Amino acid sequence: MTSKTPKIPPPGSPAGGGKHKDPDWANGLKQLYDSVVEEPLPDSFQDLIDKLDSKS
Amino acid sequence: MAAEKRTASEKADFKRELTEVVPHLRAFARGLCGRADMADDLVQETLLKAWAAQDRFQPGTSMRAWTFVILRNAYLTDMRRNRFRGEYDETVAERVLTAPAGQEEPIHLSDMHRALLTLPPERREALLLVGAGGFSYEEAATICDCAVGTIKSRVGRARAALNAMLADGNIPKRSIDDDAAHRAILEELDDVAAGQGSSRS
Repeated sequence: MTSKTPKIPPPGSPAGGGKHKDPDWANGLKQLYDSVVEEPLPDSFQDLIDKLDSKS
Repeated sequence: MAAEKRTASEKADFKRELTEVVPHLRAFARGLCGRADMADDLVQETLLKAWAAQDRFQPGTSMRAWTFVILRNAYLTDMRRNRFRGEYDETVAERVLTAPAGQEEPIHLSDMHRALLTLPPERREALLLVGAGGFSYEEAATICDCAVGTIKSRVGRARAALNAMLADGNIPKRSIDDDAAHRAILEELDDVAAGQGSSRS
């Protein structure tokens, strides 16, 4: 079966990454996720949430 | 009417918690379906379903995990209706690329995201949950309604596939638009939706 060893070694010293055996792209995956988490929320979401009560 | 009907204060708590997880729902949805507008539609659908099902939420448990289950199921349903074609949102990836990355050589996140979208959905969601969302294998298994070993296997295979694609620079341009690939994905979705995705993982 496939080996657990990543083909891409981590860079010499990932800054603050913490996950020593993750390949480069693993950080990228978290960045993609975090970048969306940190986006300002479009108003449409707050509008929807505000309206939830009236639907119940 | 039911004895479990939420009080006003419980509803307020629920609503607050629901609001707090919206950014995470958006991130998970974006990773799953690749397009910001469709991802946000999916999140809105999830919020409405979560609100309607709030009596089934156990206060004190993870709202993020609970809503991810709802979002995931909505995604699977929509995907089977062929609504998402794995379109790729270039602007997000490009913006991330230019952000301070804390690493010397920014990898091409656009490549990474495109590669991610070529994975079978069950592996993609497993990797997103564990590798990006920070869920434990156990939590991810609960969300995906499968065994912990299955999640570990899916994450391992997803990682191996991404390693191979990104190391070789061999990323299918649009495998999701390819009919055969898309059919294969839909077949896998049938398994996933039936809770049997484990057999091949």
